[in-house]
Amino acid sequence: MNLILFTFIVLLGFTSYYFGRKKAYTIQSTKKRLTALPQFYGYYLAIWCAIPAFIIFSLWAIFEPTIVKLLILSDYSNQGYLDDELNLLYEKSKALSRGQFTGEITPFIEASAEKYLSLRSIAQSSKVVIVLSAIIASVAYAYKRISSNSRTREPVEKFLNAVLFTASLAAILTTVGIVFSLIFQTIDFFKVIPLFDFVFGTHWYPAKAFVRDSSEALDPTMYSDTFGAVPIFAGTFFIAFIAMCVAIPIGLMSGIYLAEYASTKVRQYAKPLIEILAGIPTVVYGFFAALTVGPFLKELGTSMGLEVSAESALAAGGVMGIMIIPFISSLSDDVITSVPQSLRDGSYAMGATKSETIKRVIFPAALPGIVGSILLGVSRAIGETMIVVMASGLAANLTLNPLESTSTITAQIVVILIGDQAFGDPKTQAAFALGMSLFLVTLCLNIVALRVVKKYREKYE
Amino acid sequence: MRKNGVKMIKIKAKDVDVFYGKKQALFNISLDIEENQVTALIGPSGCGKSTFLRCINRMNDVIDICSVKGEILINDFNINDKSCDVVRLREKIGMVFQKPNPFPKTLYENVSYGPTIHGMAQSKQEMDEIVETSLKKAALWEEVKDRLHEPGTGLSGGQQQRLCIARAISVKPEVILMDEPCSALDPIATAQIEELIDELKKEHTIIIVTHSMAQAARVSQNTGFFHLGQLIEHGSTDKIFKNPDNKKTQDYITGRFG
Repeated sequence: MNLILFTFIVLLGFTSYYFGRKKAYTIQSTKKRLTALPQFYGYYLAIWCAIPAFIIFSLWAIFEPTIVKLLILSDYSNQGYLDDELNLLYEKSKALSRGQFTGEITPFIEASAEKYLSLRSIAQSSKVVIVLSAIIASVAYAYKRISSNSRTREPVEKFLNAVLFTASLAAILTTVGIVFSLIFQTIDFFKVIPLFDFVFGTHWYPAKAFVRDSSEALDPTMYSDTFGAVPIFAGTFFIAFIAMCVAIPIGLMSGIYLAEYASTKVRQYAKPLIEILAGIPTVVYGFFAALTVGPFLKELGTSMGLEVSAESALAAGGVMGIMIIPFISSLSDDVITSVPQSLRDGSYAMGATKSETIKRVIFPAALPGIVGSILLGVSRAIGETMIVVMASGLAANLTLNPLESTSTITAQIVVILIGDQAFGDPKTQAAFALGMSLFLVTLCLNIVALRVVKKYREKYE
Repeated sequence: MRKNGVKMIKIKAKDVDVFYGKKQALFNISLDIEENQVTALIGPSGCGKSTFLRCINRMNDVIDICSVKGEILINDFNINDKSCDVVRLREKIGMVFQKPNPFPKTLYENVSYGPTIHGMAQSKQEMDEIVETSLKKAALWEEVKDRLHEPGTGLSGGQQQRLCIARAISVKPEVILMDEPCSALDPIATAQIEELIDELKKEHTIIIVTHSMAQAARVSQNTGFFHLGQLIEHGSTDKIFKNPDNKKTQDYITGRFG
């Protein structure tokens, strides 16, 4: 029903556009000069159609459920029900009206369900009537107002401005909302687990928190030595470090090759091929690391007499590095290509060779962009989850041996939130605390990246 | 410069053809450039004068689709020969571009760039000396001596161009090629550069491509007129401007076309 109504409104919008434009043409044909192009008159009418529809729709979406609920529950008032019970009754009658109710059907609930249905249909039809009449009224009003000297361009531009503003506001508000939910849950977590234990504790063993009987009261002492985040922070940075050891040299060198050495033809094929690497889902990298690279490293290590775990930081970090190569390579290629040709000419004209030119002129000029691309790669490495979960294990060992398994912040969030969770439990809240710290780390990285880029900009431009 | 009344020829171009892919940009150019003189190359846009200039230090090598035929003899050595070392060649032949293009480095690093890559200074002191003399010759020293370690890109346009000249002369080239060096500069900066060119010709042979005929008349001793990839006429600047042999040259110089 809503879909039909919506389609109808869209059609109305197009029609009003058509009529607005038509009226403008009519005015034009009387040799009067319009204040805007005819299509602006069309847009103007279409906006007059869209705005009332939007307002009424949103009001309905906000108030309809509340009002229906109030009306239904008014039957039960003064009968001594508690709030929770009333809610339950309402949900039961709603479910019954949809035919999804499985419990015992009492006459009360049946009556409420019927009432619910009739209220809904009244609401629906009144919505249709109100929306359509509002649209027709507003469009008719606007249509009347259109004349040769009425202003249509400004309102249309203002409307577009408002739409774009709303879009960016939505993005910003979402970010703010997520950050705040992180903050509040994190604060709850630190009410039970001391901040000191989290930041400096060297034992991460959330499985211990799984065994709690939820009916028991919370006993903070049982969590001592459970949520010490040092091992997973160390693991995160360690694996990211291994990844960057792979990604920076290969990515940078291939970027330089593509930008400076490769012929147009090679570049034409090589660049998309490298960018395909970026399109492979990380899950695929993950099982590649877990099933191919891990066992291979283990065998290789055994043949050399080394003890290698099948799930090792080296396997995860190495494969993660391969995943990051295209980011660094493609971005640094773009940055290097955008260094002005005049600088290259200047250097060649001094008798510099290609490699001297790259080392002494192009690389320094492109450095801010290259640093930016590397820091972007680091953020990806720190935020990467799947590869670590699959290839480096879930046990949070505090180790600097790349051949042992270790775990990262993201992998531990997965561990914590897989399966059944209880909200308000320190175990679940630990995920929020980890998410918060991850957010802070990447935020700092981004700030540093911006600073670095800005500093070099000032120096080189 | 004349020795015992004989012109000393520094560069001798013989039948130079240049192609961009299949399109021919220069046809059969033969031109002698006198030593320690300023030679101006004039002509309408796209006539090939810059292309010819870039043949002399083989900058056309940088462009993939560009090929050069014919001989260019510098000190009687054909630079289009396979045995020619481009790095050595460009050490001997400096170039100044249309738009000032200082490197995104400090003033000092800009000037010491050439001497560094050619290993011309054994010590920091020697390098300091090279930088100072080059900047002095480029008439920039007084203005920048207190900020040698600030970025070269912070200078004004005219100063940047003089910095590029200082960079070019730091390796003591025999020839300096200038590709419309004043086209991005204001009249005062242009006057400074022109004065500088006059000074530089004592030690260097200079070839300058210019759009301004007044500039060619002011700074050059010899002039070559290019049109549609052909060298129409060349000779002493006096003769070209006052009494050209070719009708086209006369039309161009008097502003009837171009």
